[in-house]
Amino acid sequence: MNILVFAELSEGKVKSNSIEAIAFARALSKSVTVVVMGKSDEESLSGLGKYGAVKVIWADDDRLSAGIIQAYASVITQVFHAINADVLVAADSSLATPVAARAAIKLQASLATNVVEVPQPGENLEVKRGIFTGKAFARVILSKPKKVITIKKNAAEVKEHEGSATVERFSPQLNDADFKIRILSSEKATGHILLPEADIVVSGGRGMKGPEHWGMLEELARVLNAATGCSKPVSDMGWRPHHEHVGQTGVKVAPQLYIAVGISGAIQHLAGVNSSKCIVVINKDPDAPFFKAADYGIVGDAFEIIPKLTEAIKAVR
Amino acid sequence: MKILVCISHVPDTTSRINFTDNNTRFDTTGVQFIVGPYDDYALARAVELKESLGASVTVLNIGTADTEPTLRKALAIGADDAIRVNAQPVDSYFVAAQIAAQAREGNYDLILMGRESIDYNGGVVHAMVGELLGMPSVSPVMKLDIEGGIAKMAREIEGGKEYLEAPLPLVLGCQEPIAEWKIPNMRGIMSARTKPLKVVEAVPADSGVQLKQYELPPPKGAVKMIPADHVEELVRLLKNEAKVL
Ligand SMILES: Cc1cc2nc3c(=O)[nH]c(=O)nc-3n(C[C@H](O)[C@H](O)[C@H](O)COP(=O)(O)OP(=O)(O)OC[C@H]3O[C@@H](n4cnc5c(N)ncnc54)[C@H](O)[C@@H]3O)c2cc1C
Repeated sequence: MNILVFAELSEGKVKSNSIEAIAFARALSKSVTVVVMGKSDEESLSGLGKYGAVKVIWADDDRLSAGIIQAYASVITQVFHAINADVLVAADSSLATPVAARAAIKLQASLATNVVEVPQPGENLEVKRGIFTGKAFARVILSKPKKVITIKKNAAEVKEHEGSATVERFSPQLNDADFKIRILSSEKATGHILLPEADIVVSGGRGMKGPEHWGMLEELARVLNAATGCSKPVSDMGWRPHHEHVGQTGVKVAPQLYIAVGISGAIQHLAGVNSSKCIVVINKDPDAPFFKAADYGIVGDAFEIIPKLTEAIKAVR
Repeated sequence: MKILVCISHVPDTTSRINFTDNNTRFDTTGVQFIVGPYDDYALARAVELKESLGASVTVLNIGTADTEPTLRKALAIGADDAIRVNAQPVDSYFVAAQIAAQAREGNYDLILMGRESIDYNGGVVHAMVGELLGMPSVSPVMKLDIEGGIAKMAREIEGGKEYLEAPLPLVLGCQEPIAEWKIPNMRGIMSARTKPLKVVEAVPADSGVQLKQYELPPPKGAVKMIPADHVEELVRLLKNEAKVL
């Protein structure tokens, strides 16, 4: 089975969730080619060999430095045909998921998004995907000869091996019709760990009483090397930016550790966090529903507990 | 301007999820169905654009006859007419193929829908429709203005926002805060009863994806409570028991 992985770059380096996609492909087959687009450097790209990539195909055309979905799908389709691939793998993201979907149409492939574990290799892949916003799973069979799979965080374990990949430059056929969208600018939180990629998330709810109290959660997040999140009312009221809103209608996270402070645990919030490995809930109400979904809980006032917890963590880190 | 809004008919966000028939069917017993929350944002923005710029708004659902109350609700919120493609929406590709077929007939300038359906969470229908129609697609759009045939948008990206523009026609997947959800008023509900609702048959579309079985996650173990004055104990458990620090 020939697998092509679409890896996303951020500042020239391959994103961590794309490395998971390479590990996922490697767990399925030894024949793994990676395609990247935009600015990067040979050394970073050949380093993908450590995760199982045999070859990296690099389309470094300037027009591809911005993530234009249609153009990316066209380039990936060209590479897919050129290497005679059977399966395309990518990590779900605001760019890769629509790119994969468009590529699936061009390739007339079976498509599954939100895949949570590595399937058994075979002609008809049977994949497990998350549905009902993490409340259930579906096992589906991908029966067309070509397949496109996008994976959720933690779908594959990243292992490092010896090895480096050969890097090959590729000049794709670009079509003006693929560039109708113009990206004017972007705003990105800098110096922060991105919520969807974080291993630890510290999240606050309405129980935090106001944006002026977020300092203590940010301090806790800082000592834990964590991202900060929040409940929907918190972003609705503008206490925190929208991209930090976790839940059914916000970001779905799957960290090792999710610490929820002053969040009641409404079912719509839980839908975004139920893939977390370990959940800690801090709430002054012993009957808060979140405790039922938690691994560890503390009943008490967040304003007293959080500074103490931060100190206790500093002592062991 | 002609706007098509595609709406899913999905279990209410508080629904308990269960399966029947050897875990091959979603158990709808006691489940309340709603307009998909993301689709509801798309519809609300379409109705606002209709009010500010003048537009016709058609709502489209792929579903069996029991989804008609959902379509009527969308009409009550302000859509002008509705189309129901009479079929079970089996998966993303099937749904996208139906939307594309209707869109070709109706020649819409703007095709709006939610960023994903909250039942099967494919999150790809907008991109597939765009590809099938040869149009650009953008998702998740959190701000949308139309000026002289150009859509100006903000979309959410990991950890921030991206500002973009593109000429119509376009396919967009929407999310908050593109508009506030609208609640139908009495006049809307009355007029929705007589607005046109057309039922059409599905076009063939084979996605090559077959359901084998549904599964529920394993039940969560009991929570371990730690006294508020023993935070060091929590840190110890996180480090040594859960091994997440
Ligand atoms: C269609 C739909 C989609 C939705 N999507 C989402 C979503 O994606 N994400 C989401 O989060 N919500 C979502 N919601 C909203 C959800 O139903 C809840 O309203 C929301 O999650 C509640 O937020 P909260 O827990 O911050 O606030 P509350 O429910 O008000 O809870 C505040 C908690 O703080 C505790 N508290 C107060 N003071 C303190 C203190 N000093 N110390 C410790 N604890 C304290 C209280 O005991 C309480 O449990 C959605 C709702 C709908 C209808």
